[in-house]
Amino acid sequence: MKELVVISGKGGTGKTSLTAAFAALAENRVLCDADVDAADLHLLMAPEIKTRTDFIGGGIAEINPDKCTRCGLCREMCRFSAISKDFIVDAIACEGCGVCVDFCPEQAIDFPAQVCGQWFVSDTRYGPMVHARLGIAEENSGKLVTLIRQQAKKLAQEQNLDLIITDGPPGIGCPVIASIGGATGVLIVTEPTVSGVHDMERVAQLAAHFNIPAMVCVNKYDLNPDQTTAIEKIAEQQGILFVGRIPFDPVFTKSMIQGKNIIEYGNGSKPVEAVTQIWKAVSRQLDNAR
Amino acid sequence: MIISVASGKGGTGKTTVATNLVVSIGEGAQLLDCDVEEPNAHLFIHPDIDSVETRYAPVPEIDLDKCTYCRKCAQICRFNAIAVAGETVLVFPELCHSCGGCMAVCPEKAISETGRELGVIEKGRKNGIGFVHGRLKVGEAMSPPLIKQVRACAEPDKFVVIDAPPGTSCPVIAAMKNTNFVLMVTEPTPFGLHDLKLAVEAVKVLNIPAGLVINRADIGDDGVKDYAKAENLPILMEIPFDRRIAEAYSQGKLAVEVLPEWKARFVKLHDQIKSLAV
Repeated sequence: MKELVVISGKGGTGKTSLTAAFAALAENRVLCDADVDAADLHLLMAPEIKTRTDFIGGGIAEINPDKCTRCGLCREMCRFSAISKDFIVDAIACEGCGVCVDFCPEQAIDFPAQVCGQWFVSDTRYGPMVHARLGIAEENSGKLVTLIRQQAKKLAQEQNLDLIITDGPPGIGCPVIASIGGATGVLIVTEPTVSGVHDMERVAQLAAHFNIPAMVCVNKYDLNPDQTTAIEKIAEQQGILFVGRIPFDPVFTKSMIQGKNIIEYGNGSKPVEAVTQIWKAVSRQLDNAR
Repeated sequence: MIISVASGKGGTGKTTVATNLVVSIGEGAQLLDCDVEEPNAHLFIHPDIDSVETRYAPVPEIDLDKCTYCRKCAQICRFNAIAVAGETVLVFPELCHSCGGCMAVCPEKAISETGRELGVIEKGRKNGIGFVHGRLKVGEAMSPPLIKQVRACAEPDKFVVIDAPPGTSCPVIAAMKNTNFVLMVTEPTPFGLHDLKLAVEAVKVLNIPAGLVINRADIGDDGVKDYAKAENLPILMEIPFDRRIAEAYSQGKLAVEVLPEWKARFVKLHDQIKSLAV
């Protein structure tokens, strides 16, 4: 079984639009939306949710005012300034370390596990999809990403599907690290801007750090052809396979508004041709990977 | 006053708005780039960097001469950052949240703190504008500790603008918490709207007043405007899609450099923010 993770470093370069297009071009695939913070893939997939499961994260401190003697030890020990002068826990500031719980001489602090979000297994017109919604202002996004990737793998095994296409989150931090570990390959979608180049280099370093083979493509390449050339050079120097360039075209936004991917909506347009070629190069690379 | 520029969805124009705003204000403004995973503001401000400091998060170090392998440290750690097996103590610094629990619980005082490198903080200036950003070390998972350290560089007498990371979880919260105003930047597309709603929910949790900038305002549909109206979210600025702005951005230039008429609009935006902030 192979897993492709689509990442970018910089947000808004077109990860989800490309993932959705790949879903239409691939066969025998499971889709996975690992951008649990701001998941958008479902907006193009119209998933029919089959199962819905709570995601239980860590605990959060809760002070029982009847038992609390206001000794102040918890406030002294909390490194996250999460306990107010009135001995009320700020649930957003609370890191869930439980130090206050363990040290309270009155055992006045509870530590209930929190429902931090939900994850879903759905059917789509392109096969099964695993996705999730992390609760607002929650932590543990990495754990939720790991969980839904495991579920996608399980689903692929059960249904004898040999490819997982994962839409990754932006950045290089915890959810991205959780998204790429153990993947067959990552596709970095970038744009020909100073930010796009800067962020691509950092996320490529991250992939190299975890020994994940990387590929790169440039979206909206004609906004700045010089930067596109620069990206191709960087890719070549760093041993990253350059898989193609996609022209700037309003068809991406138009198809998004229709809840469609560009393969369905943009028939005959230049980006469709480019994305189809990119998919061929990517799947060839995945096939050759061990 | 301290404000944050946030969005939910990535790539909507947070950095564009934050950098053009501080440059339009000029002297007396300070920009804190808190998107420490992928900081970009420096590519447009071109600050003269005058200090680079490596920053650390405290993590435990065990003195094995004192350790009696009682396992209390492993038991208190909710992040599985310490394991004790027989006469071996394993510390996993990358899992540590720096709560200090192990150090406090150790009966032998065998635990002290050393540092796990988070990345660097770079400070500089440009034309009277203060500039600070954090650069998370590649491979480091946790961005909030470094974001908090960038926040600590805010100069309270300045008009401080925080360029926040995308998303709605802990890194964004670390960047938005305890600010006087959140300027949300979105684009009028289904993805922009969906993620804007999530970001607005996060701002509500924090109870901070907010206003909206619609970027590439003419590319999509009316969903964002309808939502803003229903939510009483004031639309403070609309930036149309303009290939000149996009090309300037691609080269590391500001909109106010290539289209100077935008400077007055950003100054007006600054005035509106001051009247809406708490």
